[in-house]
Amino acid sequence: MDKFTIDNMNLYYGKFHALKNVNLHMPKNKITAFIGPSGCGKSTLLKSLNRMNDLVEGCKITGDIKLDGTDIYSDMDVNVLRKKVGMVFQKANPFPMSVYDNIAFGPRTHGIKKKSELDRIVEESLRDAAIWDELKDRLKKSALGLSGGQQQRLCIARALAVKPEVLLMDEATSALDPISTGKIEELCLKLKDDYTIIMVTHNMQQALRISDNTAFFLLGEMVEYNSTDAVFSSPKDKRTEEYITGRFG
Amino acid sequence: MREYFDTELLNLNNQLIGMGTLVEEAIKNAVKIIVSNDQELLEKSREQEELINSAEKKIQNHCLRLLLHQAPVANDLRGISAALKMITDLERIGDQAIDIVEMSQYIKNRNNVISVTHIDEMAKQASKMVTLSIDAFVKKDFELAKSVSESDDIIDGLFDKVKVETVEIIERDKALSEEAIDLMLIAKYLERIGDHAVNIAEWVAFSITGSREL
Repeated sequence: MDKFTIDNMNLYYGKFHALKNVNLHMPKNKITAFIGPSGCGKSTLLKSLNRMNDLVEGCKITGDIKLDGTDIYSDMDVNVLRKKVGMVFQKANPFPMSVYDNIAFGPRTHGIKKKSELDRIVEESLRDAAIWDELKDRLKKSALGLSGGQQQRLCIARALAVKPEVLLMDEATSALDPISTGKIEELCLKLKDDYTIIMVTHNMQQALRISDNTAFFLLGEMVEYNSTDAVFSSPKDKRTEEYITGRFG
Repeated sequence: MREYFDTELLNLNNQLIGMGTLVEEAIKNAVKIIVSNDQELLEKSREQEELINSAEKKIQNHCLRLLLHQAPVANDLRGISAALKMITDLERIGDQAIDIVEMSQYIKNRNNVISVTHIDEMAKQASKMVTLSIDAFVKKDFELAKSVSESDDIIDGLFDKVKVETVEIIERDKALSEEAIDLMLIAKYLERIGDHAVNIAEWVAFSITGSREL
């Protein structure tokens, strides 16, 4: 079943045509990877999925982007959308507060005040993000004191705390060492039982290791979308082949 | 871009062509020995087998190193995986060529056995199939690979003929029974060489299309 469907979507930054007639259906409980050279539009598309582009001046989107069949631009409140579609960025961005308050921030915003309920959410989210054992004794300490890998998993836990349905990851491991990267990749594979994950990555091996489907973008065009195995073993388009084999340009 | 990797892939290609040439020569020598019992070629055949074995090891190491260092994908991955599989078939052909050479030493009444059968034609057909399969790889020619698979029926047909001819030899002169059986084994080796050539052709198809189907 498709979680996100994108049909005939175009995106303009002023006069610049950043995404050209994108058609992409992303299945539920799968990991979809967006790959392509810098400036190809993959992050722009990712941000469109929880309307992060709304604040960009001159950004205009045409076509349909639907979450479970509901148009996210015309028929859905942006706060509801962002609760359903969480995001993790390239650089971990913990709030300058305790580990506990970082996780409880979202649920509090959505009206949960009861301490026992917040305690439960904090523990569950940290467990889901595979970082509970490392942080359970440091819940009151500042999140800024954590290592880069821990900060990123904390950010994933924070995204999970509001029980989203989709997790967007924009190069979420590109600033991490191989061990932290490995932990987050393992985490993604576990999380996909309950969530739909869409990730932008420059790491081909990462896309190969964890994603089910891969979309290749070039100059604002979605060139090829298929199962990851098919894209990386027998790509259909010459441009995909040139990019993934490192012979692009 | 990726000039070093491209050079390494070219090297791999050349090594495969080299191993293919050795295997082709091994079959040709085997054919000559069957027909003429040329003893000078015997030692050469044994040396060739050793060269084929060491070429297999060298190419295998090269492929594994490329997989480790370059993390290839798409056509690069297909090419290297195909090479790894093809060398196993080439090495087996080399083994069978030397088996044929050894076996043919036991055939005493050559004129009464070899010349009255299609074994010579079968050997030429097997040799041709190997040459074409290597050619298909070098030229990345799917149709040529397909022709190898199609010509397998020819060698199978010849094998059936040799089988009938062997029975006829035994019926005609029981004293030739042992030679006839040796001849039958040689025919089986040649038929297997044809199968290995088809395997190689299928891997050529895989390296081109991603499927072994021909």
